[in-house]
Amino acid sequence: MSLIDDLARLEATAGGRARPRATVRHRHLSERPLVFVPLTTAGEAGAPLGALIGTERTSPRLLTVPQPRDRDLRFAFLSRLAEILLPYVESYESDVEAAERTEADPETGKRVKVEVELCADAPQLIVPSRAGIEFVRLLGRSMRFRRTAEQDPDAPYPAPPRVPLLGRWLTHFGERSRVPGSSLLLAMTDLLSRHWATGQSSLEEQHLGALLAWIEAPEGVSGADAALRAELARDADGQLLCPPAGPATDPAFDNQLLAPAIERYDRARAALAAAADGVEADGLLASLAAAEREIDALVESRTRPTWDAVWRGLDALCTLPEAPGAVDRWRGDRWSFTGHRDRVAAGEPPQPRVDDAVTAANKLGTREREQARLDAQEALDDPLVMAGRRLAGEAFAGEVTDVVMAYSEGRSPRPRPLVTVCTDDRPHLDAGVKVYRSLEGKPQAAQFVTYDTEGGVVLRVLDKMGRGKEAEPGSVPEVGDRVCWTLFEHDQRGGPRLPDPEDTPWTHGGPPEEVGVTVGSGGGGGDSGGGARGEPPGGGGPGELPDPVTSEDIL
Amino acid sequence: MSTSVGAAPFDPAAEAARATDAILRDTLHGAHRGVVVDSPPGAGKSTLVVRAARELAAAGRPLMVVAQTNAQVDDLVLRLAEKDPELPVGRLHSSDSDPYDKALDELPNVRKSAKAGDLVGLDVVVSTAAKWGHVKGVEPWRHAIVDEAYQMRSDALLAVAGLFERALFVGDPGQLDPFAIAEAEQWAGLAYDPSASAVTTLLAHNPELPQHRLPVSWRLPASAAPLVSDAFYPYTPFRSGTGPGDRVLNFGVPSDGSGPDRVIDEAAVSGWGLLELPARHTPRTDPEAVRAVALVVRRLLDRGGVATSERSGEPVPLTADRVAVGTAHRDQAAAVRAALASLGVVDVTVDTANRLQGREFDVTVVLHPLSGRPDATAFHLETGRLCVLASRHRHACIVVCRAGVDALLDDHPSTEPVQLGVTVKFPDGWEANHAVLARLAEHRVRWRP
Repeated sequence: MSLIDDLARLEATAGGRARPRATVRHRHLSERPLVFVPLTTAGEAGAPLGALIGTERTSPRLLTVPQPRDRDLRFAFLSRLAEILLPYVESYESDVEAAERTEADPETGKRVKVEVELCADAPQLIVPSRAGIEFVRLLGRSMRFRRTAEQDPDAPYPAPPRVPLLGRWLTHFGERSRVPGSSLLLAMTDLLSRHWATGQSSLEEQHLGALLAWIEAPEGVSGADAALRAELARDADGQLLCPPAGPATDPAFDNQLLAPAIERYDRARAALAAAADGVEADGLLASLAAAEREIDALVESRTRPTWDAVWRGLDALCTLPEAPGAVDRWRGDRWSFTGHRDRVAAGEPPQPRVDDAVTAANKLGTREREQARLDAQEALDDPLVMAGRRLAGEAFAGEVTDVVMAYSEGRSPRPRPLVTVCTDDRPHLDAGVKVYRSLEGKPQAAQFVTYDTEGGVVLRVLDKMGRGKEAEPGSVPEVGDRVCWTLFEHDQRGGPRLPDPEDTPWTHGGPPEEVGVTVGSGGGGGDSGGGARGEPPGGGGPGELPDPVTSEDIL
Repeated sequence: MSTSVGAAPFDPAAEAARATDAILRDTLHGAHRGVVVDSPPGAGKSTLVVRAARELAAAGRPLMVVAQTNAQVDDLVLRLAEKDPELPVGRLHSSDSDPYDKALDELPNVRKSAKAGDLVGLDVVVSTAAKWGHVKGVEPWRHAIVDEAYQMRSDALLAVAGLFERALFVGDPGQLDPFAIAEAEQWAGLAYDPSASAVTTLLAHNPELPQHRLPVSWRLPASAAPLVSDAFYPYTPFRSGTGPGDRVLNFGVPSDGSGPDRVIDEAAVSGWGLLELPARHTPRTDPEAVRAVALVVRRLLDRGGVATSERSGEPVPLTADRVAVGTAHRDQAAAVRAALASLGVVDVTVDTANRLQGREFDVTVVLHPLSGRPDATAFHLETGRLCVLASRHRHACIVVCRAGVDALLDDHPSTEPVQLGVTVKFPDGWEANHAVLARLAEHRVRWRP
């Protein structure tokens, strides 16, 4: 946590309302995001209880599992989820534009440019909290290795037709969300706490209701009180007024409302199964439907407040203009989406259970470059973020007080002007440190030379001054200009080219065994390689068959 | 390796020589593709690397050397040239401006290039892991030496491992682990976790590789080696190469009775000193503690210190370049630098633990990572951070700290999540911090600035 964030938090605590941490919106928001508010069953990992989902604020679709332990009902839920989510995803697949990508030529092995399709837009999934992202991953993992009756006629419990595909897409969303700055799958609490500081700890900020209470606190109302009320206030029956954003539910709800309702449902179902004749069954069917409706109503009562909160959060975020860097990073998300679309279309197997060594290293390298790029872009897009970097000694802004023309030594001297900047900031400048400023969107480098007698920072400008002997007009700051230099680089260099998985060296266990058994690469969740920025990922890990069934599985 | 315990007196030179011989035997004639050498602080790691490189070259086996930073690469090249000016050495460097130490230009047998192809055929080619990672399309070297292998990340080794057939991995397991700035938790427990250290991955996949360790620290004085060994290397103990009394620190100017002077005298006698300021929660750049650090340094230089050691018969004056200040954070280092400048002190190295790794000084002044903090995070508890800060000195180490760190530690037991398949590192930072504090408490000087 940086000093300026501490300051914002202190101000929020003192003033009782959230303080801005950004002046622009640092994440792309789709015009038609798919909001997904899932609930899970207590004590049953990966057993969904229900969800609200949809792209229309006023008309979400409600899905429930009246008996979460019943796997047929769970499949029915997942199947309905696929019916909503997959058409939404697929609606972005066909609108494409032409783009270029560098690929290894299969014959010569040289890197050549090829023209490929890039989806013009991409789907965007928004869940209430970080736990929701974990739940999306869990659902993805639980579904992507399933076999449908069509894929495997001998499968004892075949999955409904589109469920494995849904698992692959959710896995892709979940994996992409690990890339810093990506926006295919976002948690509302993360979005809000990126843009506002409250007087809460980061743990408390995981509570969407409390976070919004700080941000939406009206004049005269303390955000802290409103947040406490959102977290703790209960009605006369002991139920939380603001249900948790999930996917976990409140134990009081589970015990007092949900468990009895599920029991009534179970009884109605058992009675129906035991019905002696059609007339009796008709009556019992009605009571089963009533029990189901009761659970539907319960699930909706817990998800609807969260659903509305997510949309209110979107309202708050949309008051900020989108940062230029966010558009740039969304292009990376579109590449990621297009890449996975192509892998699905090519009939590749689902993402492997674990990454191989090369895919893991590629992913980590990509994420680190994206993190550095995100940090740089956010600062360049937003004076408030830059202020934080300046306060941390990683950037400085000031007025140019002197420019002395100087030239490099050598046969053809180049301009290397000395620029003095008067600043109140205290950057961590050591001898020879390089600094950068944005010149028409491109970084211009300079080197710290010394402090002058009045404490001004003397820099030697190194590049972006044209090819001639004299610097091009506008490429060198002039006396009186306000300039902002950063000690961090604006662009990220590509990482080293790692070997192909089948060439994994002996230090890392040699090639994975599956290579050669499964033809084609699994794509490794999508965001593995990809050299330069905004480029689609390259190859990926091997496919993998599901674990064999052991005696413990039947136990 | 068996350490000889018993009646025979410990002969550090002989022990070290025996270890080195075994390492070189395995490296030159062993059947395994890799050899791992664990080296405690100041145990002659660089000397070993230089010697192994020269012997491999002499045996007609051209080799590549992988180090982690450009400074380490330049230092290695200079050492190689110093030992053997005739040896043809290549310095592979980046295409940035000013990519290597200008001192290399003076060496006739060192060829510098940004292209690996230009350096093929030279006996030894040295570069950073980052640069080697971009080298493609050359014949693999038969041998490699990977220096500071515990500070190299697994994914960096993956990028370079295709360039060599066999390798000697040298490093200090007690120093700072490599870190990732992005989420890497999903791979925790995998043998090839890309955020783990290169040696962790190497040994997970090749458990049969011979592992050696250097048994003697030539840097740490007799007063420091037992503490550092016990606190940070409990299962692989080492000894100091010098005995009590071999290193002496004297000051010409007597103490003025102030806190800084008293702690300097304590450290001169015992090798350790703790200047304890009153308990208080402070910002990271605690102005009082920073000023205390600066005052200690000022007095160290003003009091006409002379260091006597086995290196030279004559006492050597304690000058600014033989003193260093270590901190946990960069802003703390910057604050100390500013405070020193205001006291007119220049040329004293002030840096974070990460950047002090591998360096050596006569006296170090350390701003304790937990001083003034309200909490003890994993970063501040990291074993390697404290180990680096407490093992840079040849004579004495003075720690400046606010009171109450022991209670702070008790309030913050380690709560890192347990990951399946990850070998638990011992000792943990919590334990090591307590061990060091307990020892420092014996050399405590309380001072209210």
